[in-house]
Amino acid sequence: MGSHSHDHDHATQGSELDEMTLRVKALESLLVEKGYVEPAALDALIETYQTRVGPRNGARVVAKAWADPAYCRRLRDDATAAIAELGYSGRQGEHMVALENTPDEHNMVVCTLCSCYPWPVLGLPPVWYKSPAYRSRAVIDPRGVLAEFGVTLGKDQAVRVWDSTAEIRYLVIPMRPAGSDGWSEDELARLVTRNSMIGTGLALKPEEVEA
Amino acid sequence: MNGAQDLGGMMGFGPVVPEADEPVFHAPWESRVLAVTLAMGALGEWSIDAARFSRESLPPAQYLTSSYYRIWLAGLEKLLLARDLVSAGELENGRPEAPARPTARPKLVAARVATTLAAGSPTARPAPAPARFAVGDRVMTKTINPAGHTRLARYLRHHAGEIVAVHGAHVFADTSAHFRGEDPHWLYTVKFAAGELWGPDADPRDSVTADLWEPYLDAV
Repeated sequence: MGSHSHDHDHATQGSELDEMTLRVKALESLLVEKGYVEPAALDALIETYQTRVGPRNGARVVAKAWADPAYCRRLRDDATAAIAELGYSGRQGEHMVALENTPDEHNMVVCTLCSCYPWPVLGLPPVWYKSPAYRSRAVIDPRGVLAEFGVTLGKDQAVRVWDSTAEIRYLVIPMRPAGSDGWSEDELARLVTRNSMIGTGLALKPEEVEA
Repeated sequence: MNGAQDLGGMMGFGPVVPEADEPVFHAPWESRVLAVTLAMGALGEWSIDAARFSRESLPPAQYLTSSYYRIWLAGLEKLLLARDLVSAGELENGRPEAPARPTARPKLVAARVATTLAAGSPTARPAPAPARFAVGDRVMTKTINPAGHTRLARYLRHHAGEIVAVHGAHVFADTSAHFRGEDPHWLYTVKFAAGELWGPDADPRDSVTADLWEPYLDAV
């Protein structure tokens, strides 16, 4: 939901939070007792998305694409395979496509119908990505949304919005910022934000990251 | 279905407000909902399409006023009941009243979590027939209003676009969501000029691209 109901839920309705905690605990213990789920498996699932799978994965893909032209070609030809080279694959990233931003075209990804998002490279989506505000406006008013995110487009840049309506998942490759020549992949990865890989941001400039 | 999930082009939701330093989960119960949903999904009792339909067929007022993990929880409860995995009484009281029924796949155990996630659920399938369209072809999306699941969003219906990618045949969401089989069809990426979808106020440089199955498309 939008941030308003979100703040409402979590800041002013503490008692409702407790109700949700109890309701989810009751369902979980029922499913454990029935033998459908194993508590240790639930812990492992949470630990995976809490600590191991997140946008740093995608940042490594982008940094390698910037630094290694042969890798960039492989990413264009078969993004699923190229991303798997770095060890990222599987659920909600089974069929990947990389979208390269250029001075002529800025790409931006949405799922108007639910919350489709490339989990292996970006982790779980932020609340705003799943919000009705973003899902409704990204396709009809992408420039307005980009302005709210503080993205300044080039004078002649077209905006191309990708609605994830099937099982293809998209990773935006932002333009490499000026002044990053000769940087290592590890250094380049620090310039790559989550939002720059959704298309609601740009890569950071070298002066924006601490030395 | 023309439900509350079909949000493309709706108005009135206000600005997009990102949260600074947003945590992965905002409360522990959200993480448990995610995990229980994934673990139950691993039993093979429903497809991801059926799970989406269960969420989007919630009453619109409930859908639009619920946080995303609340929607997931409500969708999961509906599926558990519909598939006879739990009874209404069990859901109400939180205690088992009858033994579990056998499931399509075995329980997900911790030792299998990493391999299960890494394998995912690819939806590409052998093509049942040659592709009807090729990159560069002009197509027109159909006018359809199915009561069941579809991924042809309302704002994309009856509009002209251009095929920009051919992805092979994929499980067809519209049948898979209703336990009517995978029925694979060719999947295409179709590009629409923003003005075609939204009229003369749209920026003439801009476009929207969506992934659409062949049954959604007519030749122009």
